[in-house]
Amino acid sequence: MSYLKRSLLQVIPSLLLLTVIIFALVYVAGDPVSSMLPENATSEDREILAESLGLNEPFYVQYFQYLRSMVTGDFGTSYQYQRPALELVLERLPATLTLSLMAMLIAIIISIPLGILAALKRNTFVDFLVSGISIVGKAMPNFWIGIMLILFLAVQIQIFPVSGADTPAHFVLPAFTLGVALAAEMTRLVRASVLEVIEEEYVQTARSKGQKESIVISKHVFLNSLIPVVTIVGLQFPQLIGGAIVVETVFAWPGIGRLLLTAIETSDMAIIQTIVFVIAIFTIVVNLLTDLVYRVLDPRIKYN
Amino acid sequence: MSKNHTGPLLSVNHLVTEFETRGKNNITVVDDISFHVNEGEIVAIVGESGSGKSITSLSIMGLLKNGGHVTGGAILYQGTDLLKLSKKERRQVRGKEMSMIFQEPMSSLNPMLRIKSQIAEAINIHQPAKSKKQVQEKVIDLLKQVEIPDAERVANRFPHQLSGGMRQRVMIAIALACEPKLLIADEPTTALDVTTQAQILALIKDLNKRRGTGVIFITHDLSVVADIADRVVVMYQGKIVEEADVFQLFDHPQHAYTKKLMRAMPTIEKKAGDSHAN
Repeated sequence: MSYLKRSLLQVIPSLLLLTVIIFALVYVAGDPVSSMLPENATSEDREILAESLGLNEPFYVQYFQYLRSMVTGDFGTSYQYQRPALELVLERLPATLTLSLMAMLIAIIISIPLGILAALKRNTFVDFLVSGISIVGKAMPNFWIGIMLILFLAVQIQIFPVSGADTPAHFVLPAFTLGVALAAEMTRLVRASVLEVIEEEYVQTARSKGQKESIVISKHVFLNSLIPVVTIVGLQFPQLIGGAIVVETVFAWPGIGRLLLTAIETSDMAIIQTIVFVIAIFTIVVNLLTDLVYRVLDPRIKYN
Repeated sequence: MSKNHTGPLLSVNHLVTEFETRGKNNITVVDDISFHVNEGEIVAIVGESGSGKSITSLSIMGLLKNGGHVTGGAILYQGTDLLKLSKKERRQVRGKEMSMIFQEPMSSLNPMLRIKSQIAEAINIHQPAKSKKQVQEKVIDLLKQVEIPDAERVANRFPHQLSGGMRQRVMIAIALACEPKLLIADEPTTALDVTTQAQILALIKDLNKRRGTGVIFITHDLSVVADIADRVVVMYQGKIVEEADVFQLFDHPQHAYTKKLMRAMPTIEKKAGDSHAN
């Protein structure tokens, strides 16, 4: 597992750089004092608050204080909720993660069969239909899909609940909404990948053994065409969390997306910083996992 | 496939293979060719790139793709016309009665699967009754038959861990897995270096002698032909322009194209300055 150790070590500089960027953004974003005090506060009041928050220290001193508190798990206090930001974020993180995972799952379930079908029926009506659907799926903004789904399946026909996150049925509409664009992109990718692999000579070898076409596809074509698909899944997962912000707002989903949105509206810096940091950590973890999956999938890839 | 069939192992009669194009006219790649292969015989098909020799072999195997179709003639294997078989019956012939090895050993093995499972696949398709252990033993036996040293270790490897020559041996092992009577080798040595080339040729010759496997050997290299073939078919622009016993062909080439091919072969006399050797 020396590969794993090395990758984990490589994460440290990325994380440090990330803290610098987040800190710099907040530093530039403005003076928290004026947003914390009422408008009629005296300049003496401002001075006292700035002093107590350590805002009169030089930039680098403030950065190291920020870093030190972060290492001890202190990500600041949300002035809106008057509670530790990390606690607030971690409370809502599972809802967002489940939603994203469900969306990913839906995207995989839709895209893999459709992509393979389109590739096998290349240049036929089926192929054009699948390509057409995936272009539409990619082109529709997800807030619009969400609203339409609510209108038809929750308000008119009332199969699914309009909003909230109490039962499994609550998952269906938001997860589908979030997954559609990804499903569309993955369908096109699976199609392209299968078309490429199907021309490989080892596929001909499999046929020359007298193998059934269905097994040729499942055993030789499918596994080999998965590799680029894994990359997209890995790259898209953090983006899904980004997309979740919009979808959570539409469906009143109690995740970090809505938390972030209200934090931005009220300039609740502690929460914004914490969420950005958590998403970044997440991205790094998913990238590591993608690499590991590669290694399991493709024996040619060695990490030594 | 009658067991007591007496004629040639394979006869190709007036075979025509065409490819669909976007325009109205199909392209005829193999144009009315006839030849045969006797049991235990090595027949070389010679010709330049695009002469239709690979398409001929894919037509025989039933592996044409990208709009290629056999549109005329017959392919008789032990007296049975393969073109009249159903897809399923054709599949049962492929790999069991006749098998094929390809030009690029680097890309003709699945990079994700271990050698043993790729050989085992060929066995399992046609002999599903074999137990796992029997299949494993057969895999090792096949690897030994194609003279792979340390067969047990190689069986557990992935293709990228083997050299080109070793991979071509594995391909031959796969092709021989069900003891076919006909082996089609489509330029099996073109991608290999000269030493490995000689080893693979010797291996194919040896398997032909020991097991009586008929071989169609496709090549553009006449020196290889001289080394391996009993009989030679010369193809040019989709047609057979000459068919002869290998000695006869080299001594008295009849067709102008064959003569040209001969002249293109490097000889020692040529190097010595005799520019008209043929």
